[in-house]
Amino acid sequence: MTSPGSILIVGASAAGLSTAEALRRHGYQGRLTFLDAEPHLPYDRPPLSKQLLSGAWEPPRVQLRGQAQLDALHAEFVLGEPAVALDPAERAVTTVSGRVLRGDVVVIATGLTPLRLPGQDHLEGVHVLRALDDALALRHALSAGTRLVVVGEGVLGAEIAATARTLNLEVTLAGMGGTLLNDQLGQVIGAMLAEKHAERGVRLRLGVAIEELTGAAGRVTGVRPASGEFLPADMVVVAIGSRPATGWLEGSGLPLGDGVECDSRCRAAEGVYAVGDVASFQHEGLGRRLRLENRTNATEQAQVVAANILGADRPYTPIPYFWTDQYDVKIQAHGLPSAAAKVTIADGDVAQGRFTALYQEGGQVTAVLGWNMPKQARLLRQQVLGAWQDTPRLATA
Amino acid sequence: MKITVDEAKCCGAGQCVLIAPEVFDQRDDDGIVVLLQPEPDEAQHAAVREAAAVCPAAAIDLSEHP
Repeated sequence: MTSPGSILIVGASAAGLSTAEALRRHGYQGRLTFLDAEPHLPYDRPPLSKQLLSGAWEPPRVQLRGQAQLDALHAEFVLGEPAVALDPAERAVTTVSGRVLRGDVVVIATGLTPLRLPGQDHLEGVHVLRALDDALALRHALSAGTRLVVVGEGVLGAEIAATARTLNLEVTLAGMGGTLLNDQLGQVIGAMLAEKHAERGVRLRLGVAIEELTGAAGRVTGVRPASGEFLPADMVVVAIGSRPATGWLEGSGLPLGDGVECDSRCRAAEGVYAVGDVASFQHEGLGRRLRLENRTNATEQAQVVAANILGADRPYTPIPYFWTDQYDVKIQAHGLPSAAAKVTIADGDVAQGRFTALYQEGGQVTAVLGWNMPKQARLLRQQVLGAWQDTPRLATA
Repeated sequence: MKITVDEAKCCGAGQCVLIAPEVFDQRDDDGIVVLLQPEPDEAQHAAVREAAAVCPAAAIDLSEHP
């Protein structure tokens, strides 16, 4: 395959930007265009629920690259312009204003759309947190109110609750799961996290469905779980998960399931690739489809997508990896932890708040977790997950 | 090639150590990056460039003078 003359990247966040940078690093000299619904230059999302929300960082600090680095990319940025349709055969993307952008290759990196509760869009004071502007709006609300209810017990909900507690707000965290991060990390670790939040003064209402948001005069007044209890609130954050942002691809003919369904090369159609949170890819090492919503996947997958665009024909077989910071706890998880796995402590001391843990299913180690032991967790990963087929590194390929 | 790392930005993900273990390490207590070779051999350059590219905190800066 010859190098394409032009590449259009839809989504100028971590995955899209990293794809562009990897293309340039590998000598791609053609045209590069970014299209993004948001008006901002590429910024980083993990700090939004932590340093940015707390006020420790201001928006310039979440920019992924400085102006000089962006200039060196020699890319055109079309911002504040949502894509509304893709013609895969023509590799043409139509924007909301009717503009049509074309590329010899199109990279889909549109990320996620947060799920919402019924009726939330008609109530002031109800927030989601996905974009920079969401985070700034929530930050402003936190500075003006005192009682926050977070709906959702996953990573994002727990991080927001932790940040709000450090700002001294009254925080209630309510969610369907039996414990915090149950779906991501299972009961054992989830219960430890829940204990940490309770110690810090977060009111936990877990294992309850949220029936409704209540409001008066168009403003939210609280949340009513199925238990019948009323949780009063000055503001509510809904963090009940996301879905891949593929609405604009309906009718394109691309296979859409849980995300853009790609092959093991992250290719959805001839000349069309997907990368990051939106991409569902065939993992050859696991023999099944995987879609990963984490920051490290965005950059790692971008390396493979860029190489494949330039003709490498490389499967993407990552060991998934995510981290979360809550209060003084840094959790790092390698592999595929799940609620079904048996969890054993491998090293360190739970009572001292520093340990590593192994997740096992069917006699196989499926994941390694570090609780304030990031280096040891990484070393353990290399020992026990080394058998996984890792992505061949570009550097050695 | 000259490498600088920003410890204040580093989130301890350890991606750099996985890619270029001869150049980067992590502190035992908090996982923050430790630079083993600020001016690595040519053989390491490609791996270092990839490590800088995948660093989720953009904490690795490279200056390259031919």
